[in-house]
Amino acid sequence: MSESSMIRPHATTAHHTSLGVDNRKLGVWAFIGSETLFFATLITTYFVFAPVNRARPDFQDPREFLDIELTTVLASILLASSLTMVLALSASKRGDRRWFTTWLLATVGLGLAFIGGQVYEFNHLYHEGLTLSSSLFGTTFFVLTGFHGTHVAIGVIWLLSVFFKVRTYPNSPENAMDVEIAGLYWHFVDLVWVAIFVLVYLI
Amino acid sequence: MAIAERTAGTVSPPSVSVRPGWAGWLSTTDHKRIGIMYLVSAFVFFLIGGIEALLMRIQLGVPDNTFLTPDVYNQMFTMHGTTMIFLGLMPLNVGLGNYIVPLMIGARDMAFPRLNALSIWLFIFGGLMLYVSFFVGGAPNVGWFAYAPLTQKQFAPTAGVDYWIIGIGLTGVASIAGALNFIVTILNMRAPGMTLNRMPLFVWMQLVVAFILIFAFPVLTVATIQLLFDRHFGTRFFLPNLGGDAVLWQHLFWFFGHPEVYILILPTMGIISEVLPTFSRKPIFGYAFVAYSGVAIGFLGFLVWAHHMFAVGLGPLANAFFGAASFLIAVPTGVKIFNWLATMWQGSLNLTTSMLYAIGFISMFIIGGISGITLASPPINVQQTDSYYVVAHMHYVLFGGAIQGIFAGVFYWFPKMTGRMLNERLGKWQFWLMLISFNLTFFPMHLSGNEGMPRRIYTYEAEMGWNLWNLISTIGALLLAVAFLLFLWNVLTSIRRGPIAPADPWDGATLEWAVSSPPPVYNFAVTPRVRSRRPLWDKKYPHLHEANGSHGAPAGRLAGPLDDGFEPETSAAMEPIHLPSPTYAPLIVSVGIMILGFGIIYLGDFGLIAASAMLVGLLIMATGILSWVRISHVDSPYQAH
Repeated sequence: MSESSMIRPHATTAHHTSLGVDNRKLGVWAFIGSETLFFATLITTYFVFAPVNRARPDFQDPREFLDIELTTVLASILLASSLTMVLALSASKRGDRRWFTTWLLATVGLGLAFIGGQVYEFNHLYHEGLTLSSSLFGTTFFVLTGFHGTHVAIGVIWLLSVFFKVRTYPNSPENAMDVEIAGLYWHFVDLVWVAIFVLVYLI
Repeated sequence: MAIAERTAGTVSPPSVSVRPGWAGWLSTTDHKRIGIMYLVSAFVFFLIGGIEALLMRIQLGVPDNTFLTPDVYNQMFTMHGTTMIFLGLMPLNVGLGNYIVPLMIGARDMAFPRLNALSIWLFIFGGLMLYVSFFVGGAPNVGWFAYAPLTQKQFAPTAGVDYWIIGIGLTGVASIAGALNFIVTILNMRAPGMTLNRMPLFVWMQLVVAFILIFAFPVLTVATIQLLFDRHFGTRFFLPNLGGDAVLWQHLFWFFGHPEVYILILPTMGIISEVLPTFSRKPIFGYAFVAYSGVAIGFLGFLVWAHHMFAVGLGPLANAFFGAASFLIAVPTGVKIFNWLATMWQGSLNLTTSMLYAIGFISMFIIGGISGITLASPPINVQQTDSYYVVAHMHYVLFGGAIQGIFAGVFYWFPKMTGRMLNERLGKWQFWLMLISFNLTFFPMHLSGNEGMPRRIYTYEAEMGWNLWNLISTIGALLLAVAFLLFLWNVLTSIRRGPIAPADPWDGATLEWAVSSPPPVYNFAVTPRVRSRRPLWDKKYPHLHEANGSHGAPAGRLAGPLDDGFEPETSAAMEPIHLPSPTYAPLIVSVGIMILGFGIIYLGDFGLIAASAMLVGLLIMATGILSWVRISHVDSPYQAH
């Protein structure tokens, strides 16, 4: 029964809101605005220190350490996960239980693959001699990418909790909105990675 | 007209389960109770911060004093500043906002009642955590701005700075969560008919502040995370000898720290904009200007952070830009002040304590604004920076301004919150004593500062010539303490024996006066449909509204013939009132986060114990979140009808 009405579409729009947007969606949008400043500060710090790093006696050249091939794969994985997230949301809005499960778990899997890739990368860099304390580049690079990785990990936990909540309370009217706002956060984290990938790895 | 006829509540109350006694407070999700918890806990912290200030003033009362050791003095001024800003002023404003905003916009609660409860608990635990530092090796002693590299491990070896980082972090999460709640509540839960242009100005200012908060606090969060990493995990963000940059800390800190000033002052500007019209018996003059100048201040506040750094040596171009941007802020601020004065102009003034404080706010804030202009000028700033002149300026803005504004709000809304009137005679005594002793304390600091007395010194020599000004300041500070004791006495006696407050004791204009004092737990039995900027006033005095129209009052023009206050929504009358059930989940989550915080502080020194503490904290947090999800499923949060 893939067409079972486990997720009731449009159930959450029953209440009056002044802007016509669901409260929780508006809240997550504001939260994303706040998170933008969080990452903007980390990225700015990275760039403030980039020229200083180059002039230091303990200079570690980013180009020697950063592996474009690996991170290109990681970036593709995250971008693909945004697609599966959209598909999961669309399935949940149709009330299609089987495809919702498939696409949501696919998103979780891609997220985990990204984290795995980052763990591999960090471990590799550590053995090459790049650490938090080895140079300014190490300091700024690990804190920036590490906090992004943490956000991905939180996103995976969030998606899993949505998955289990939908399974536990299949007829909850909140389900579609739960999926939607978790997706908003997920897309934001992906977008931040695009920025980091372009600014830190490519340029 | 009988009071009962004016209230919007016409339906008998539904049964709402509220746990009795302490359990009721620990598990509450009611914005009114949370507002009171904010006010009470912030006032307690405020008194503690005041005691710290008194100890400093006693130490500085005479030259070469040995009342406090230098280290204790450093802890005092750090904790005084941190307490007053993060644990005093900000949460006092949040408390008033939490209580009043939903009532003013005709909502039954905040958008996320459980998140609201999480905010209050994180704030209380963050504050307690800061104060735990006194008992475990010493409080932070690096100033509330925590300048690098003074905060690094070799200069600040005790855990004080770590407690500062985590304590500020917890209150920061509380603030961001609270701000998200305010934004959604104000933007999305206004009663039908209450357009943005009909929103009370207090609500407007709370909205602007919420936006400042969500954009300013993440920057502080990143800066404190970087500092934590520097202290414990070998990074070098703020270590100049390893390539780091101590000035980066100042940029990040003041990018947060300057907007923070507006986080503190804008809500009280909102309070003034409610109090002055009520007690002048006139509508606010230039409503739109007052509202949009608040937005302008909020925006410009992000462009001026480096005026705290003129002495750093950023270069003439940067100094000129930030000096000019700082001057710009005087424009919207001046707009507000002239609108307030014009509101009082030819009004029939009713000089209640609340009104006195509002007028006190304007006059003292003007003095603080003028000293702000000299400080915003880079060449003059170089002379005055880090002197007592800055201390004088800051206290004229935040004490003469924000604190007096908060008192105006507390005297205004106390009857609404408690159902009892405060003693007006005591209140007026308190006002005059406070106004005089405030000026006695802080005005001489302009002079001692211009005579070269630096901030943050624990004592000075008699030959410096600062003796008299310091003695006067100390006497003023002791008198200020008496004024606060008067207020405490007033509150404690009035809450038991004060006259019973009617629903609308001040002949108010906004919706909170349309419900009983204190309001029922569901606020409005029936959601009102709002038809003007001053719904209750226009409802009470329809003939006055027509007179206003002929004077060209903007509210009349905006809403046209429908502008007759408000009426209860008849279609909604049949719907049952749904309020969230009480729950301990936010409290449990906060306890978990606090234990996690303790673990982080000691991770560097006691690895294993700290790591297990962190694990325990995470488990408690996860338990809390699970019960949170469960209850939010069975009991989905109320949304405005």
